[in-house]
Amino acid sequence: MTQTSVKQSEATLAPLVGIIKSVRQLTATEKWLKIELEGGKELGHDPGQFVEVSMLGIGEAPISVSSSPTQKGYFELCVRKAGLVTSAIHGLKEGDKVGIRGPFGHGFPTEELKGKDLLFVAGGLGLAPLRSLINFVLYNRKDFGKISILLGCKEPAQLLYTDELEKWGKMSDIKFLCTVDKGAPDWKGNVGLITNLIPGIDIDINQTYCVVVGPPIMYKFVIVKLLEKKVPENQILVSLERRMKCGVGKCGHCQIQQYYCCQDGPVFSFDKIKNIEGAI
Amino acid sequence: MKYYRLKKGRLDELIDALNKKYKVIGPKAKENLFVYGEIENAKELSLLHKPTILSLKKYFLPQQEDLLNFKVGDVSGKIVEIEQGKPLLVLGAHTCDLAGLLCLDNACNDSSKDANYLKRKTGAVIIGIECSKPCDEHATCVTMGTHNPKGGYDIMLTESGDGYIVETASEDGEKLVNETKSAFEDSDKSAAETETTKLRTEKNSWPKKIFPEAKKLEALFDKTLKSAEWGKLGERCVSCGNCTNVCPTCYCYDVKDEVDLKLKDGVRYRIWDSCQLKEFAEVAGNENFRDKRKQRQQHRFLRKFSFPVKKYNRFFCTGCGRCTRACMAKINLYETINALAKETI
Repeated sequence: MTQTSVKQSEATLAPLVGIIKSVRQLTATEKWLKIELEGGKELGHDPGQFVEVSMLGIGEAPISVSSSPTQKGYFELCVRKAGLVTSAIHGLKEGDKVGIRGPFGHGFPTEELKGKDLLFVAGGLGLAPLRSLINFVLYNRKDFGKISILLGCKEPAQLLYTDELEKWGKMSDIKFLCTVDKGAPDWKGNVGLITNLIPGIDIDINQTYCVVVGPPIMYKFVIVKLLEKKVPENQILVSLERRMKCGVGKCGHCQIQQYYCCQDGPVFSFDKIKNIEGAI
Repeated sequence: MKYYRLKKGRLDELIDALNKKYKVIGPKAKENLFVYGEIENAKELSLLHKPTILSLKKYFLPQQEDLLNFKVGDVSGKIVEIEQGKPLLVLGAHTCDLAGLLCLDNACNDSSKDANYLKRKTGAVIIGIECSKPCDEHATCVTMGTHNPKGGYDIMLTESGDGYIVETASEDGEKLVNETKSAFEDSDKSAAETETTKLRTEKNSWPKKIFPEAKKLEALFDKTLKSAEWGKLGERCVSCGNCTNVCPTCYCYDVKDEVDLKLKDGVRYRIWDSCQLKEFAEVAGNENFRDKRKQRQQHRFLRKFSFPVKKYNRFFCTGCGRCTRACMAKINLYETINALAKETI
């Protein structure tokens, strides 16, 4: 298998061929896809970057890569069925081919995070991009300090990657807490908003980076809690969702004031976007 | 840089010669307005035009262009190469439109390049003409500093008596004059410079529609984000997207796929899009980051007067006045800016 990775220039127009190695229905609306690039090419992404999944004849959808780059030979996506393109992606079966452009954007600053304590806060589908970083960090565990993972979602049936969550829950060198807005008969965990979990976390503000990914409403409340704990603004990282069409900072759909989310983001530190109305 | 003279009576001879080698386009009348179109003789050419309906953008970033061809069922497509016909020659673009091309040059030559734009631009020859009188009440070129030539051309024409002062500004421009030498006459450099300098100095005192100086505009917009003026614009705007279509520096696009009726062949194309349309900033799950018209209008103004200054140190407004002329709700660029400026006094 060759180790050539995809160059941005190749990725701008014509999609590369991805082969679906396996598909799994994670929840009622989310599918997990394992994709190998034709010719054994590595995607060569950073945690937090995204690809344009191209269904020729239907269109493209920007999807975060949910696997760590330390996972070689293939990459993983978690796709929620939300529109035409994602519905078509949901129709893909093992052995089918799919167009892939990318990877695009700035992911999480892994070098900057080295040696730091990390607090991950994931809401719903926000776990998908965050998982690429979490698994990267767990793979390089000794390079990082204390690790806490807080996960929230609407109900237990919507939890993604439940096998992995179980593993994280059993690991002694990370703290993993999970909560759901509404419980279910067999749910033994926390019930309530994710913000309720934050006061119980011990944060050394001098060396903790908080990485928050979730729906816009979650950012508003979680970030307030983190700021109350005096976490510096530049140590709060978020990944923003926009309608990236081109992925190369041209088409304008993903623009957040002076930033193109597809190029300057999707990962931003909070200090960069705090004064931008409508950013989160 | 060299100077020549071109008599108005020799324009036909020049256009004839140019048409042999180039696809010559220039401003021409269309009913009571003007458009850029192919020019075959001097009679068609309207050098004293007010800004054309669409700018030169339509030649370099066409309204719609195919990106990929594919067979239905294919995963990857074939990149559509741009047809390289005769090189383009623009004859008679005003200085505001040359400024528009300079903006697009910046945007398309960014860290990720727009290959199609750059291919179309390469080999194109631009002959500009500077206005010798103001075009209409909507232009704000004097404030934007685009009323006088500031680059972006191979040749500049300046009206003078029964002809034009011809300034060549590039090797391509010089080559063109040499290839069509019989149409031109030699000219004295210092006399030409004296005349153009005099005209350009006079033009500096043409009426200004925008009260604040250009250098204050970026700060003005950044300071008035909460102004009630945006609400007023939002109430009037009908989200038609006319302003962005006619804008010489708006380059946003949508990407769409289309399959033919036989369900055999397909094409992925890009098409001008507008930040003024409600769906523009919508994401999955019906979240929309600019769902209000006032937000979208503000975004448009910031994309002209604030963001590009931070990114390219250049305003992306050329003062051409097209957005004001084309607005169905009579949203007026200089009235908006003046109203914002009043609040900060």
